[in-house]
Amino acid sequence: MLHALSLGGALYALWLLLSGYLETWLLVLGLSSVALTIVIANRMDVIDHEGHPIHLSWRAALFWPWLGWEIAKANIDVARVILSPSMPIDPQVLKIKGSQKTELGHVIYANSITLTPGTVTIALESGHMEVHALTTQAANDLLSGEMDRRVDTLEKNSDGTVEGVK
Amino acid sequence: MFIVATIAILITMAMALARALLGPSVFDRILATNSFGTLTMLLISVYGFLSGRPEFLDIALLYTLINFIGIIAVTKFVNFGNASHSVREDEQGDI
Amino acid sequence: MELVTDILSWGLLLGGSGFLLTGGIGLLRLPDLFSRMHGSGIIDTLGAVMILTGLMVQEGFSLISVKLALMVLFLMFTSPTTTHALARSALNEGLLPKIFNKRQGKKSSKT
Repeated sequence: MLHALSLGGALYALWLLLSGYLETWLLVLGLSSVALTIVIANRMDVIDHEGHPIHLSWRAALFWPWLGWEIAKANIDVARVILSPSMPIDPQVLKIKGSQKTELGHVIYANSITLTPGTVTIALESGHMEVHALTTQAANDLLSGEMDRRVDTLEKNSDGTVEGVK
Repeated sequence: MFIVATIAILITMAMALARALLGPSVFDRILATNSFGTLTMLLISVYGFLSGRPEFLDIALLYTLINFIGIIAVTKFVNFGNASHSVREDEQGDI
Repeated sequence: MELVTDILSWGLLLGGSGFLLTGGIGLLRLPDLFSRMHGSGIIDTLGAVMILTGLMVQEGFSLISVKLALMVLFLMFTSPTTTHALARSALNEGLLPKIFNKRQGKKSSKT
Protein backbone atom coordinates (compact mmCIF):
# COMPACT_ATOMS: atom_id res chain seq x y z
CA MET A 1 0.00 0.00 0.00
CA LEU A 2 2.79 2.37 0.96
CA HIS A 3 4.63 1.51 -2.24
CA ALA A 4 1.48 2.10 -4.34
CA LEU A 5 0.95 5.50 -2.68
CA SER A 6 4.54 6.63 -3.17
CA LEU A 7 4.53 5.38 -6.78
CA GLY A 8 1.30 7.33 -7.37
CA GLY A 9 2.83 10.45 -5.83
CA ALA A 10 5.95 10.15 -7.97
CA LEU A 11 3.91 9.58 -11.15
CA TYR A 12 1.64 12.54 -10.43
CA ALA A 13 4.63 14.79 -9.77
CA LEU A 14 6.06 13.60 -13.12
CA TRP A 15 2.75 14.42 -14.83
CA LEU A 16 2.71 17.93 -13.35
CA LEU A 17 6.34 18.58 -14.31
CA LEU A 18 5.84 17.39 -17.87
CA SER A 19 2.57 19.21 -18.52
CA GLY A 20 3.12 22.46 -16.60
CA TYR A 21 -0.60 23.35 -16.76
CA LEU A 22 -2.66 23.81 -13.62
CA GLU A 23 -6.23 23.73 -14.98
CA THR A 24 -8.77 21.64 -13.09
CA TRP A 25 -9.76 19.48 -16.05
CA LEU A 26 -6.16 18.59 -16.89
CA LEU A 27 -5.37 17.85 -13.24
CA VAL A 28 -8.33 15.45 -13.11
CA LEU A 29 -7.18 13.79 -16.33
CA GLY A 30 -3.71 13.34 -14.81
CA LEU A 31 -5.16 11.88 -11.65
CA SER A 32 -7.22 9.35 -13.60
CA SER A 33 -4.30 8.24 -15.76
CA VAL A 34 -2.11 7.83 -12.66
CA ALA A 35 -4.89 5.73 -11.06
CA LEU A 36 -5.12 3.59 -14.20
CA THR A 37 -1.35 3.10 -14.20
CA ILE A 38 -1.39 2.03 -10.54
CA VAL A 39 -4.20 -0.47 -11.22
CA ILE A 40 -2.32 -1.98 -14.17
CA ALA A 41 0.98 -2.09 -12.24
CA ASN A 42 -0.83 -3.78 -9.37
CA ARG A 43 -2.24 -6.40 -11.75
CA MET A 44 1.27 -6.96 -13.09
CA ASP A 45 2.43 -7.42 -9.47
CA VAL A 46 5.40 -5.09 -9.83
CA ILE A 47 4.61 -2.76 -6.92
CA ASP A 48 6.86 -4.06 -4.15
CA HIS A 49 10.18 -3.27 -2.50
CA GLU A 50 11.97 -4.31 -5.72
CA GLY A 51 9.93 -2.43 -8.30
CA HIS A 52 9.78 0.70 -6.20
CA PRO A 53 12.56 0.65 -3.58
CA ILE A 54 11.60 3.55 -1.31
CA HIS A 55 13.52 2.03 1.61
CA LEU A 56 16.75 2.96 -0.22
CA SER A 57 15.94 6.64 -0.79
CA TRP A 58 18.12 8.21 1.88
CA ARG A 59 21.17 6.09 1.35
CA ALA A 60 20.81 6.32 -2.44
CA ALA A 61 21.17 10.09 -2.10
CA LEU A 62 24.60 9.45 -0.59
CA PHE A 63 25.51 6.69 -3.07
CA TRP A 64 24.77 8.54 -6.31
CA PRO A 65 27.28 11.40 -5.91
CA TRP A 66 30.03 8.88 -5.18
CA LEU A 67 28.99 6.82 -8.22
CA GLY A 68 28.95 9.96 -10.37
CA TRP A 69 32.50 10.78 -9.33
CA GLU A 70 33.64 7.22 -10.08
CA ILE A 71 31.97 7.40 -13.51
CA ALA A 72 33.74 10.68 -14.29
CA LYS A 73 37.15 9.26 -13.30
CA ALA A 74 36.62 6.04 -15.27
CA ASN A 75 35.46 8.05 -18.31
CA ILE A 76 38.69 10.02 -18.34
CA ASP A 77 40.75 6.83 -18.04
CA VAL A 78 38.94 5.09 -20.90
CA ALA A 79 39.02 8.25 -23.05
CA ARG A 80 42.79 8.42 -22.58
CA VAL A 81 43.17 4.78 -23.60
CA ILE A 82 41.00 5.21 -26.71
CA LEU A 83 42.71 8.39 -27.86
CA SER A 84 46.31 7.26 -27.36
CA PRO A 85 47.78 6.18 -30.72
CA SER A 86 48.97 2.76 -29.55
CA MET A 87 45.64 2.03 -27.79
CA PRO A 88 46.98 0.00 -24.82
CA ILE A 89 43.87 -2.09 -24.17
CA ASP A 90 43.92 -5.44 -22.41
CA PRO A 91 40.41 -6.92 -22.60
CA GLN A 92 39.71 -9.53 -19.98
CA VAL A 93 36.77 -11.27 -18.36
CA LEU A 94 36.61 -11.35 -14.57
CA LYS A 95 34.40 -13.52 -12.43
CA ILE A 96 33.31 -11.78 -9.26
CA LYS A 97 30.76 -12.38 -6.55
CA GLY A 98 28.60 -9.60 -5.17
CA SER A 99 28.29 -9.76 -1.37
CA GLN A 100 24.77 -8.27 -1.38
CA LYS A 101 21.91 -10.21 0.17
CA THR A 102 19.05 -9.49 -2.23
CA GLU A 103 18.53 -9.62 -5.98
CA LEU A 104 17.88 -5.88 -5.91
CA GLY A 105 21.34 -5.34 -4.40
CA HIS A 106 22.94 -7.53 -7.06
CA VAL A 107 21.17 -5.61 -9.82
CA ILE A 108 22.25 -2.26 -8.38
CA TYR A 109 25.83 -3.52 -8.19
CA ALA A 110 25.78 -4.91 -11.75
CA ASN A 111 24.25 -1.72 -13.14
CA SER A 112 26.81 0.43 -11.30
CA ILE A 113 29.59 -1.67 -12.82
CA THR A 114 28.11 -1.25 -16.30
CA LEU A 115 27.61 2.50 -15.83
CA THR A 116 31.31 2.87 -15.08
CA PRO A 117 33.03 2.84 -18.49
CA GLY A 118 35.83 0.31 -18.72
CA THR A 119 33.78 -2.42 -17.08
CA VAL A 120 30.60 -4.07 -18.42
CA THR A 121 28.62 -6.81 -16.70
CA ILE A 122 27.92 -9.40 -19.37
CA ALA A 123 26.34 -12.13 -17.23
CA LEU A 124 24.60 -12.13 -13.85
CA GLU A 125 23.29 -15.26 -12.18
CA SER A 126 22.33 -15.19 -8.46
CA GLY A 127 25.14 -12.86 -7.44
CA HIS A 128 27.88 -14.36 -9.61
CA MET A 129 28.86 -11.89 -12.29
CA GLU A 130 31.07 -12.01 -15.33
CA VAL A 131 32.56 -8.62 -16.02
CA HIS A 132 34.31 -7.58 -19.21
CA ALA A 133 37.06 -5.08 -18.39
CA LEU A 134 38.80 -3.02 -21.05
CA THR A 135 42.06 -2.37 -19.22
CA THR A 136 43.98 -3.93 -16.36
CA GLN A 137 43.55 -0.74 -14.38
CA ALA A 138 39.76 -0.87 -14.69
CA ALA A 139 39.84 -4.51 -13.62
CA ASN A 140 42.01 -3.71 -10.60
CA ASP A 141 39.71 -0.85 -9.59
CA LEU A 142 36.80 -3.28 -9.62
CA LEU A 143 38.69 -6.02 -7.78
CA SER A 144 39.56 -3.60 -4.97
CA GLY A 145 35.94 -4.11 -3.86
CA GLU A 146 35.18 -0.50 -3.01
CA MET A 147 31.99 -0.44 -5.08
CA ASP A 148 30.84 -3.79 -3.67
CA ARG A 149 31.20 -2.39 -0.16
CA ARG A 150 29.33 0.81 -1.04
CA VAL A 151 26.39 -1.07 -2.56
CA ASP A 152 26.39 -3.31 0.51
CA THR A 153 26.03 -0.27 2.78
CA LEU A 154 23.36 1.09 0.46
CA GLU A 155 21.34 -2.08 0.91
CA LYS A 156 21.65 -2.43 4.69
CA ASN A 157 19.35 -0.68 7.17
CA SER A 158 20.98 1.21 10.02
CA ASP A 159 20.48 -1.79 12.33
CA GLY A 160 22.23 -4.11 9.87
CA THR A 161 19.10 -5.89 8.61
CA VAL A 162 18.31 -6.08 4.90
CA GLU A 163 14.79 -5.58 3.60
CA GLY A 164 13.37 -8.33 1.39
CA VAL A 165 15.69 -11.20 2.40
CA LYS A 166 13.92 -14.52 1.88
CA MET B 1 28.58 27.59 -28.55
CA PHE B 2 25.55 25.39 -29.24
CA ILE B 3 26.70 25.16 -32.85
CA VAL B 4 29.96 23.50 -31.73
CA ALA B 5 28.05 20.92 -29.71
CA THR B 6 25.68 20.34 -32.64
CA ILE B 7 28.58 19.74 -35.02
CA ALA B 8 30.27 17.38 -32.54
CA ILE B 9 27.03 15.43 -32.16
CA LEU B 10 26.62 15.21 -35.94
CA ILE B 11 30.19 13.94 -36.42
CA THR B 12 29.69 11.33 -33.70
CA MET B 13 26.43 10.30 -35.37
CA ALA B 14 28.35 9.78 -38.60
CA MET B 15 30.83 7.56 -36.71
CA ALA B 16 28.02 5.52 -35.15
CA LEU B 17 26.43 5.17 -38.58
CA ALA B 18 29.76 3.98 -40.01
CA ARG B 19 29.97 1.34 -37.28
CA ALA B 20 26.38 0.29 -38.02
CA LEU B 21 27.28 -0.13 -41.69
CA LEU B 22 30.60 -1.89 -41.04
CA GLY B 23 29.14 -4.42 -38.64
CA PRO B 24 30.49 -7.11 -38.60
CA SER B 25 27.96 -8.84 -36.34
CA VAL B 26 24.33 -7.86 -35.92
CA PHE B 27 25.07 -6.90 -32.30
CA ASP B 28 27.61 -4.29 -33.41
CA ARG B 29 24.85 -2.78 -35.50
CA ILE B 30 22.43 -2.81 -32.56
CA LEU B 31 25.07 -1.19 -30.32
CA ALA B 32 25.67 1.53 -32.92
CA THR B 33 21.92 2.07 -33.22
CA ASN B 34 21.67 2.46 -29.46
CA SER B 35 24.38 5.14 -29.46
CA PHE B 36 22.71 6.76 -32.45
CA GLY B 37 19.46 6.98 -30.47
CA THR B 38 21.21 8.66 -27.53
CA LEU B 39 22.87 11.08 -29.94
CA THR B 40 19.55 11.87 -31.61
CA MET B 41 18.13 12.69 -28.21
CA LEU B 42 21.06 15.04 -27.53
CA LEU B 43 20.75 16.59 -31.00
CA ILE B 44 17.05 17.34 -30.48
CA SER B 45 17.74 19.04 -27.13
CA VAL B 46 20.74 21.06 -28.34
CA TYR B 47 18.96 22.05 -31.55
CA GLY B 48 16.03 23.29 -29.48
CA PHE B 49 18.41 25.65 -27.66
CA LEU B 50 20.19 26.58 -30.89
CA SER B 51 16.97 27.70 -32.53
CA GLY B 52 15.79 29.37 -29.31
CA ARG B 53 12.72 27.16 -28.95
CA PRO B 54 13.40 24.53 -26.25
CA GLU B 55 9.91 23.04 -26.63
CA PHE B 56 11.38 20.05 -28.43
CA LEU B 57 12.53 18.62 -25.10
CA ASP B 58 9.37 16.54 -24.67
CA ILE B 59 10.19 14.75 -27.92
CA ALA B 60 13.76 14.15 -26.72
CA LEU B 61 12.46 12.74 -23.42
CA LEU B 62 10.16 10.35 -25.27
CA TYR B 63 12.98 9.41 -27.63
CA THR B 64 15.10 8.25 -24.66
CA LEU B 65 12.38 5.92 -23.45
CA ILE B 66 11.37 4.59 -26.88
CA ASN B 67 15.04 3.97 -27.73
CA PHE B 68 15.34 1.82 -24.59
CA ILE B 69 12.24 -0.26 -25.36
CA GLY B 70 13.25 -0.57 -29.01
CA ILE B 71 16.71 -1.95 -28.23
CA ILE B 72 15.32 -4.46 -25.71
CA ALA B 73 12.75 -5.61 -28.28
CA VAL B 74 15.37 -5.95 -31.02
CA THR B 75 17.78 -7.96 -28.84
CA LYS B 76 14.96 -10.32 -27.88
CA PHE B 77 13.93 -10.59 -31.50
CA VAL B 78 17.47 -11.48 -32.57
CA ASN B 79 17.71 -14.10 -29.82
CA PHE B 80 14.37 -15.82 -30.06
CA GLY B 81 12.89 -14.83 -33.39
CA ASN B 82 9.98 -13.06 -31.73
CA ALA B 83 9.72 -10.24 -29.22
CA SER B 84 7.34 -11.82 -26.69
CA HIS B 85 9.34 -14.92 -25.78
CA SER B 86 10.05 -15.27 -22.06
CA VAL B 87 13.50 -16.43 -21.00
CA ARG B 88 12.24 -18.95 -18.45
CA GLU B 89 9.28 -21.06 -19.31
CA ASP B 90 7.50 -20.49 -15.99
CA GLU B 91 7.44 -16.72 -16.38
CA GLN B 92 5.28 -14.78 -18.76
CA GLY B 93 6.38 -11.78 -20.76
CA ASP B 94 9.07 -10.65 -18.37
CA ILE B 95 12.02 -8.65 -19.65
CA MET C 1 26.93 36.42 -12.84
CA GLU C 2 25.85 35.85 -16.41
CA LEU C 3 29.48 35.50 -17.39
CA VAL C 4 30.06 32.78 -14.78
CA THR C 5 27.10 30.65 -15.94
CA ASP C 6 28.09 31.18 -19.58
CA ILE C 7 31.66 30.04 -18.98
CA LEU C 8 30.45 27.08 -16.92
CA SER C 9 27.91 25.94 -19.50
CA TRP C 10 30.30 26.45 -22.40
CA GLY C 11 32.92 24.40 -20.59
CA LEU C 12 30.42 21.63 -19.98
CA LEU C 13 29.19 21.69 -23.60
CA LEU C 14 32.73 21.63 -24.97
CA GLY C 15 33.80 18.85 -22.61
CA GLY C 16 30.70 16.86 -23.45
CA SER C 17 31.36 17.29 -27.18
CA GLY C 18 34.90 16.05 -26.63
CA PHE C 19 33.69 12.96 -24.79
CA LEU C 20 31.08 12.28 -27.49
CA LEU C 21 33.76 12.40 -30.18
CA THR C 22 36.02 10.16 -28.07
CA GLY C 23 33.19 7.65 -27.68
CA GLY C 24 32.57 7.74 -31.43
CA ILE C 25 36.25 7.15 -32.15
CA GLY C 26 36.20 4.28 -29.66
CA LEU C 27 33.15 2.83 -31.40
CA LEU C 28 35.15 2.79 -34.64
CA ARG C 29 38.60 1.89 -33.33
CA LEU C 30 38.10 -0.78 -30.69
CA PRO C 31 38.55 -4.34 -31.91
CA ASP C 32 35.49 -6.34 -30.86
CA LEU C 33 31.88 -5.99 -29.75
CA PHE C 34 32.51 -6.16 -26.02
CA SER C 35 35.26 -3.53 -26.18
CA ARG C 36 33.04 -1.29 -28.29
CA MET C 37 30.50 -1.33 -25.50
CA HIS C 38 32.95 0.76 -23.45
CA GLY C 39 33.04 3.35 -26.23
CA SER C 40 29.26 3.45 -26.34
CA GLY C 41 29.36 3.73 -22.52
CA ILE C 42 31.33 6.97 -22.78
CA ILE C 43 28.68 8.44 -25.10
CA ASP C 44 25.86 7.32 -22.81
CA THR C 45 27.34 8.49 -19.51
CA LEU C 46 29.68 11.45 -19.37
CA GLY C 47 29.16 12.75 -22.91
CA ALA C 48 25.39 12.95 -22.68
CA VAL C 49 25.36 14.05 -19.03
CA MET C 50 27.84 16.89 -19.60
CA ILE C 51 25.92 18.21 -22.61
CA LEU C 52 22.58 18.04 -20.79
CA THR C 53 24.07 19.66 -17.67
CA GLY C 54 25.54 22.40 -19.83
CA LEU C 55 22.08 23.11 -21.26
CA MET C 56 20.66 23.05 -17.71
CA VAL C 57 23.18 25.65 -16.53
CA GLN C 58 22.38 27.80 -19.57
CA GLU C 59 18.64 27.60 -18.91
CA GLY C 60 18.69 28.29 -15.16
CA PHE C 61 15.98 26.98 -12.87
CA SER C 62 12.80 26.30 -14.82
CA LEU C 63 10.51 23.56 -16.07
CA ILE C 64 12.86 23.04 -19.01
CA SER C 65 15.87 22.25 -16.83
CA VAL C 66 13.68 19.85 -14.83
CA LYS C 67 12.94 18.02 -18.09
CA LEU C 68 16.67 17.92 -18.88
CA ALA C 69 17.32 16.47 -15.41
CA LEU C 70 14.66 13.84 -16.06
CA MET C 71 16.42 12.92 -19.29
CA VAL C 72 19.66 12.42 -17.35
CA LEU C 73 17.81 10.25 -14.82
CA PHE C 74 16.15 8.06 -17.46
CA LEU C 75 19.42 7.72 -19.35
CA MET C 76 21.23 6.58 -16.20
CA PHE C 77 18.63 3.87 -15.62
CA THR C 78 18.16 2.67 -19.19
CA SER C 79 21.71 2.70 -20.57
CA PRO C 80 23.22 -0.06 -18.35
CA THR C 81 20.11 -2.16 -18.89
CA THR C 82 20.37 -1.98 -22.68
CA THR C 83 24.10 -2.67 -22.56
CA HIS C 84 23.54 -5.70 -20.36
CA ALA C 85 20.67 -6.99 -22.53
CA LEU C 86 22.85 -6.63 -25.61
CA ALA C 87 25.86 -8.38 -24.00
CA ARG C 88 23.68 -11.20 -22.78
CA SER C 89 21.99 -11.77 -26.10
CA ALA C 90 25.38 -11.69 -27.84
CA LEU C 91 26.62 -14.36 -25.40
CA ASN C 92 23.47 -16.38 -26.04
CA GLU C 93 24.23 -16.31 -29.74
CA GLY C 94 27.72 -17.62 -29.04
CA LEU C 95 29.70 -14.43 -29.56
CA LEU C 96 32.69 -14.51 -27.18
CA PRO C 97 34.87 -11.62 -26.01
CA LYS C 98 38.31 -11.50 -27.59
CA ILE C 99 41.02 -11.98 -24.98
CA PHE C 100 44.48 -10.86 -26.07
CA ASN C 101 46.43 -11.44 -22.90
CA LYS C 102 46.90 -15.17 -22.28
CA ARG C 103 47.74 -14.71 -18.60
CA GLN C 104 44.42 -13.02 -17.90
CA GLY C 105 42.64 -15.34 -20.30
CA LYS C 106 42.57 -18.09 -17.71
CA LYS C 107 39.94 -16.20 -15.77
CA SER C 108 37.45 -16.54 -18.61
CA SER C 109 37.53 -20.30 -18.94
CA LYS C 110 33.74 -20.75 -19.13
CA THR C 111 32.91 -17.94 -21.50
